[in-house]
Amino acid sequence: MSESSSNRDIQVLLNGIWKENPVFVQVLGMCPTLAVTNSVRNAIAMGVSTVFVLVMSSMLVAMVRKIVPKQVRIATYILIISTFVTIVDYVIKAVSIPVYKALGPFIALIVVNCIILGRAEAFASKNTVYRSVLDAIGMGIGFCIALVCLGGVRELLGNGSFLGVPLFGPYYEPWVIFLLPSGGFFTLGAWLLAFSLIKERKARRAAQEQEQSV
Amino acid sequence: MNSASLWFIFIDSLLINNFVLAVFLGICPFLGVSGKLDTASRMGAAVVFVMLVSSALTYGINLLLVHLDAEYLRIISYIVVIASTVQLVEMFIKKKSPALFRALGIYLPLITTNCAVLGVAMFQTIRDYNFVQSIVFSLGAGLGFTLALVIMSGIREQLNLSDVPNAAKGTAVALMVAGILSMAFMGFAGLGSN
Repeated sequence: MSESSSNRDIQVLLNGIWKENPVFVQVLGMCPTLAVTNSVRNAIAMGVSTVFVLVMSSMLVAMVRKIVPKQVRIATYILIISTFVTIVDYVIKAVSIPVYKALGPFIALIVVNCIILGRAEAFASKNTVYRSVLDAIGMGIGFCIALVCLGGVRELLGNGSFLGVPLFGPYYEPWVIFLLPSGGFFTLGAWLLAFSLIKERKARRAAQEQEQSV
Repeated sequence: MNSASLWFIFIDSLLINNFVLAVFLGICPFLGVSGKLDTASRMGAAVVFVMLVSSALTYGINLLLVHLDAEYLRIISYIVVIASTVQLVEMFIKKKSPALFRALGIYLPLITTNCAVLGVAMFQTIRDYNFVQSIVFSLGAGLGFTLALVIMSGIREQLNLSDVPNAAKGTAVALMVAGILSMAFMGFAGLGSN
């Protein structure tokens, strides 16, 4: 029995990374996803801060889930989330001023990131602390992967570098458009397109196999 | 104190740094409710209204927090103010104008999680706007949000009639359209050299 329950735990963890990836599948948390991914460094900073807030607030929400009355639960969640966002805000300011300047008000805007409130309402308010933390870690990793995917493509094409290291040599003419806002829309659109193409092909193959077996 | 002229602040937040297409705030409602022209304009009206009220309130709250030397409470108090503003506005409209309330319907409560509203509050604090500047800024931002939403919904109504590949349907093609729109808005950047 313990084996099956640990299997389920892994399922919960993997769910957020692939099957229900918050950005590519659920299309949540679009604003930070698009706004801060013009370089990999910013994307990672944003991802790590979001993971911290997500994990801590999921844990706390799961702890208090039996005490908080139903009518005020959303307000409670928002208060919990904004407390952790304030912590992150001050920590980033203390650790690195350039990152703080680059992310700007988007650190404060983690409060209204729908992924965090969504997980608090949909998962942490109904599950044990352990499960909720696992789910939050999975979702957070999924979010980070999506951010790095976007930031990687945008920095690679728009600046010819990855994490600030130039890759293509001095003759590369950067596509500045990818660093500008419209490049963010295009890149995310292209990723979504790629994912739905993969899904479509998988569905077609499954249908074919079924036909053959019949 | 920020010395930018009121007219510049208005044009800047409306067109040059359009909240949706250049600063990436309020993308969720932008993608979510831009299916129909009618709902898009109603949502826009509700957002403009809430932004104006919450901008004025957060200006006062910020003064109080600075006075009390408690700036670390900024994020928490802003979000509480916005959430309660939305509630109050909802109750007020329900009482005063049931017709408008019915028209706005579900869109009012949704505004709490619209990051553009919190974005306005954060930006006006960071940029040190005075009261009148804050109001003008929030008006420009709200109208800019409405403008982007209305343009987008017009395009999407046309898009429904056209032949889009199956894999691109929905969000992917909407994002591509938004990218082109955002490129078009980049043309306004020249207005910024004041």
